[in-house]
Amino acid sequence: MTVETTPKEVTLRVWRGEDRGSGAFVDYQVPVDPGMVVLDVLFRVQAMRAPDLAVRWNCKAGKCGSCSAEVNGRPRLMCMTRLSGLPLDDPIVIAPMATFPLVRDLVTDVSFNFEKAKTIPAFKPAPPGPDGTRRMYQEEVERVQEFHKCIECFLCQNVCHVIRDHEENKEAFSGPRFFVKLAALEMHPLDTNDRLELIRMKDGLGFCNITKCCTEVCPEDIHITDNAIIPLKERIVTQYYDPLAWVKRRIFGREESTRGRADRGA
Amino acid sequence: MAEPHYDERDYDVIVIGAGGAGIRAAIEAKGQGARTALVCKSLFGKAHTVMAEGGIAAALRNVWKEDGWDVHFRDTMRGGKLLNNWRMAQIHAQEAPDRVLELEEWGALFDRTSDGLILQRDFGGHRYARLAHVGDRTGLEMIRTLQNRATELGIDVLMECTMQRILMDDGHVAGAFGYWRQTGRFVLLHAKAIVLATGGAGRAWRVTSNSWEYSGDGLRMALDAGADLMDMEFVQFHPTGMVWPLSVRGLLVTEGVRGDGGTLRNKDGERFMFRYIPEFFRAETADNEAEADRWYEDKANNRRTPDLLPRDEVARAINTEVKAGRGSPHGGVFLDIASRRAPDFIQKRLPSMYHQFKELADIDITKEPMEIGPTCHYFMGGIRVDADTTATTVAGLFAAGECAAGLHGANRLGGNSLSDLVVFGRRAGLHAAQFAAARRAPGAVDKAELDAAATRMLVPVERSDGEDPYAIQNDLQGTMQDLVGLIRSASELEEALRRLASYQERLDRVGVRGGVRYNPAWNLALDLRSMLTVSEIVARAASTRTESRGGHTREDFPKTDPEWGKRNVVIRRKDGALDVSIEALPEMPADLRGVVGEQPHPKEHQGAVESTQPAGLGAR
Repeated sequence: MTVETTPKEVTLRVWRGEDRGSGAFVDYQVPVDPGMVVLDVLFRVQAMRAPDLAVRWNCKAGKCGSCSAEVNGRPRLMCMTRLSGLPLDDPIVIAPMATFPLVRDLVTDVSFNFEKAKTIPAFKPAPPGPDGTRRMYQEEVERVQEFHKCIECFLCQNVCHVIRDHEENKEAFSGPRFFVKLAALEMHPLDTNDRLELIRMKDGLGFCNITKCCTEVCPEDIHITDNAIIPLKERIVTQYYDPLAWVKRRIFGREESTRGRADRGA
Repeated sequence: MAEPHYDERDYDVIVIGAGGAGIRAAIEAKGQGARTALVCKSLFGKAHTVMAEGGIAAALRNVWKEDGWDVHFRDTMRGGKLLNNWRMAQIHAQEAPDRVLELEEWGALFDRTSDGLILQRDFGGHRYARLAHVGDRTGLEMIRTLQNRATELGIDVLMECTMQRILMDDGHVAGAFGYWRQTGRFVLLHAKAIVLATGGAGRAWRVTSNSWEYSGDGLRMALDAGADLMDMEFVQFHPTGMVWPLSVRGLLVTEGVRGDGGTLRNKDGERFMFRYIPEFFRAETADNEAEADRWYEDKANNRRTPDLLPRDEVARAINTEVKAGRGSPHGGVFLDIASRRAPDFIQKRLPSMYHQFKELADIDITKEPMEIGPTCHYFMGGIRVDADTTATTVAGLFAAGECAAGLHGANRLGGNSLSDLVVFGRRAGLHAAQFAAARRAPGAVDKAELDAAATRMLVPVERSDGEDPYAIQNDLQGTMQDLVGLIRSASELEEALRRLASYQERLDRVGVRGGVRYNPAWNLALDLRSMLTVSEIVARAASTRTESRGGHTREDFPKTDPEWGKRNVVIRRKDGALDVSIEALPEMPADLRGVVGEQPHPKEHQGAVESTQPAGLGAR
């Protein structure tokens, strides 16, 4: 085990307020113990200095994705951000996620994400096999299991510059979290639904210019850009811009041509 | 204060609590055509189910053909020290496989056997490898699958909405009353039927795997509405919580570590569990290291390792080792998987555990042992329900999941919680919808009662120099940890009850600053009411049961008493005060008694049809 040297006190510079215009950063100096994460220090601030400090959290184990915020300018889960990994001579700056409307202090209104979730066409499984089972093999489910690791912390949404800096894009852009979800559905071994038209038009996949900001902040290390977004882009290119596929689609219909490719994989 | 202004909505069925049981209930109620609302205390998909790791128990028979509902039933009853409601245990074992396959039909991707079926893993107290799983993040897969399904069905989801009171009209439920966390605004939900799926109250202990949500709101609301609470003395301390650093003390370490080959050792390197095999499990447990080691590779011809005894046994053993001075440096014992399994096996099977220890404790579990100790984890007790319908004793009120009592008896087996959620969540949604359909009009709501409730809820906000809610919570957690923990005694329980009364007095004077908008201090002040009530009930029930059984251990009554094996402790409110009664456990039919009785040793069964390791992963 590494021996950790933590100072006895740190200063947190925490955003306080109910709107971005009138709020401000406030400094809190509190004692700390070895091994602490940023969320622990915020609990101390609540217990000792500011009982009404609004923080959203649940599992405190990196599993639920509730405590997303920007720590020293970097989007992170506060429950998984160790003090030992931060410079402690200066105040630790903690701000709410910038992309979503502020509720209070470190809590933002992330309902944008739950609204986008409603627009995604359902999982539609193929019928069971002749023996009544649905056989899938570890190799083929593993690719999708990577996407299912998503804990919906929305850090990828927060950091995506398509919506971070452009409120007007939110209408027609679902964001990386939902590209991951769409990829999970499209690559699910049993799914029969076709979402490519929707992904192209309504979810705004074309807006993404592959800067990989989402991948960098993902606490679950999902390769969002390489494994979800790029394969989806390729599928759309093949479906809509490949002349052979276009002719095939005209003759056999969309379902046929899509399934054929989905079965071969990206 | 201005006249309270309520956000008012009308439904047939409201489901309070959006973990596995609540979401499954809402899906079923909606499917029955009921106008359904699902109320979450947090955001949708963040409930405790998301933290479940090891798997969901169901006799799918993909790995062991010898398994079946009867064996699962037997294991559940024996794990619960026969205090379970036999009918719930039967329904649970019979329906769990269908519920798991239903999750797969809704998009869940469990780990696979080499012939493409759902893989199952070993867990404590389960005779056969029985837990369908996704690495060590099964709960996430389950809650997301259910969440997606609920979203697809267009169920109204009320997020960050805390219910405080069930409203009654002429003996029937009429609705529920609470507040929006984000605004502090009051919410009035009219309903013909209500499903409670609010979980337990483990937040009242200091070392706990539970989050801030687990304050026992549903238990307290049910009690206030006139329902019975049962078996409340049985609180499960999971044997393996993290112990170091302090900031992660209590964080869960999945039983899957032991299921997949991890063993417990004390500071002398001794595999101490061999000294703690109870008579009840002696016939099926290896009594020497050689046989236990052989069991990992040849389960058909060897008895299972005592590392996988039910949780109550393991937690008590760890506690004894630590008290005897044989613990690890930070007051736990060692859990070692590195010496049996290869790093790629561990990272594949237990990715969250690897990540959790690496990130939070600087421990590489593929190289070093973990330090672990018991952590408050689960309430076996809860609201008394009818086994088939999940109906409580209050007309129109149903309960499922952790907040309901009966299935797990005195101790829950790992993996039986996730299956409980979907089996009884579905039944709760179904029967609540049927109840609502049979009721012509929603009950009337007494607005004066609401105004009084709203005024009471706002009192802390208007008292600027009152008691600090965080300080009360801190003292409460210390008391429950020290005096109502793993090992109990009459004198300590009496002291706990005395202190709890003083916290109640302090709570009556509680005050917070900062208004009602997303104010955790105000939220805590309200939650504390439930926490104190439920804590008192646990202590009262614990002092009533003068024996040791499952999750309830009395230092002053160390033996299991067969007479107590026929009794439940039931607590209800009578004329405003708590009334404790001892009531007869429903008697199991003779044919099921035969199932629970001793069965042939696994040696007499055929071999496993499938390795419990996924394709391509070998043991070290």
